[in-house]
Amino acid sequence: MIDQGTMPVLEPAEGAKDQHMVINMGPQHPATHGVLRLVLEIDGEIIVRIYPEIGYLHTGIEKTCEAKFYQQVVPLTDRINYLDPLANNLCYALAVEKLLGLDIPPKAQWMRVLLAELSRLNSHLIWLGTHAMDIGALTVFLYTFREREDILRLFEAVAGQRMMTSYIRIGGLALEPPLDFLARVQDFVRVLPEKIDEYANLLTGNPIFRNRLKGVGFLSPEDAIALGVTGPPLRASGVDFDLRRDMPYSSYEKFQFNVPVSNDCDCWARYEVRLVEMRESVKIIQQALDGMPEGPVKANAPKIVLPDREKMKTQMEALIHHFKIVTEGFAVPAGEVYQGIECGHGQMGYYVVSDGTAKPYRVHMRYPSFATLQALETMCKGRMLADLVAVIGSIDIVLGEIDR
Amino acid sequence: MAETNNMPETNPLFGKAAVLEGLPDHPAVKAILVWNADALTDAKFDFNELTLTIAPEHIRAAAATVQAAGYNFFEDVTAVDWFPASPRFQLSYHILSFGMKQRIRLRVLLDEATPAIDSITPIWPGANYYEREIFDLFGIRFDEHPNLRRIMMPDEWKGHPLRKDYPVEGYR
Repeated sequence: MIDQGTMPVLEPAEGAKDQHMVINMGPQHPATHGVLRLVLEIDGEIIVRIYPEIGYLHTGIEKTCEAKFYQQVVPLTDRINYLDPLANNLCYALAVEKLLGLDIPPKAQWMRVLLAELSRLNSHLIWLGTHAMDIGALTVFLYTFREREDILRLFEAVAGQRMMTSYIRIGGLALEPPLDFLARVQDFVRVLPEKIDEYANLLTGNPIFRNRLKGVGFLSPEDAIALGVTGPPLRASGVDFDLRRDMPYSSYEKFQFNVPVSNDCDCWARYEVRLVEMRESVKIIQQALDGMPEGPVKANAPKIVLPDREKMKTQMEALIHHFKIVTEGFAVPAGEVYQGIECGHGQMGYYVVSDGTAKPYRVHMRYPSFATLQALETMCKGRMLADLVAVIGSIDIVLGEIDR
Repeated sequence: MAETNNMPETNPLFGKAAVLEGLPDHPAVKAILVWNADALTDAKFDFNELTLTIAPEHIRAAAATVQAAGYNFFEDVTAVDWFPASPRFQLSYHILSFGMKQRIRLRVLLDEATPAIDSITPIWPGANYYEREIFDLFGIRFDEHPNLRRIMMPDEWKGHPLRKDYPVEGYR
């Protein structure tokens, strides 16, 4: 039998018992963006040690996946990072498609890019609103949630769900998008750059916001790489790496966009990087709208992709395929694959192991917040307690994806 | 298209000899061979992904070797339970190179009797939480880990939920 672990509950360091104090922050604390509990050792107002206690939202999704058919895992993935739902669907679908060797039609790939970028905007809008609110700029939250509502309406139009979309499926998309969908996205991206200017007007010149972020939460590029930090915090530390550009998937190589990088390594740099990223996402969406190919949105694989309702009700063969997929699933060739994508928070990865049956033998998700949280202590050590709130906001963590 | 991994276009290769013959110039393969050819027990190249199987006692040195060869970013480590097969546990380390824009997988097989291995936190401190997660959910020990405690489950939890002999609905 394996023993249960080694470290006791955190106590002040030896020799500093009279001076240091251990306090608890969370799990119910509005600035932790979920149920994050931090055990802090402080010397007056200075942070000496941070010990994150996670797992409050652990629901065993990886274990549940092993008991489901491949297609039944898609709705589980939405619930992990609920702020960036389509990125979860996309990453899982790409991993299973790699195992199956499926060719995805161009329209589905471009729609996936468009939706992944809308999803990134959704994630960044929530980050901006809540981060500014943590610092005390309450107004921005109302503005960003106004635009987020527009995005959720687009998700609802296309998937029938505002948050738990499950729209990207193995082999393509769930349905053809509605006829007016692209026009609605066009209306949205036409106005969004002005709205981003509006947020920047509210925050960039604001002396309180500036002073709370500048020089706070320093993370050197070496530390960022060593601790597994990815996404905007990594690029704000001066490391120029973005999976969308450097290891493109789902036809990202056909889109032109810049990857913002800053060498300041502080919370302010993370704010600036994400703001530019939002503008770049708008560019990508515009390119996707302009060049949207014609054709089907599902791969031609009747034994894997569910048939249209119309066909199912008129053709015997389609009905049989539908029945087989729903009741028995589809077998996936044995093997192991890892698929990484760049989501709003950083690099997401799905590791799927198949033993040749209709249920995944093992699904493991690498989520960016899990690694980014490890860097919290490095960023806050020796700094004031009040800066902690700014740093938590700037690394943009989602507890759903940390705990899974 | 799933993902570009900047790997040469070859057919899938299975087995150490096939990979050594098919991908002789691959930087990770080369670095491992220069360091210790015997530590590489198996290899495969399929789905455009390179998997190198390393003998368990050499994992930390192997990680340092690929790090020196340019695979600078530790991305992920997780375990697979092949119960009731033997060796029971497989660890899969995913290592990314920012410079070469390429990902490799280091694979280690562990026996059920001694599910313990050297921690790679001295090389990549970012492996800390990942190894704790494996310890928690699979019960594999990581020697010289700075803080090997349960991370997802409560400290007093009995058993390791991601093992295949642990029921999906838990013990009631």
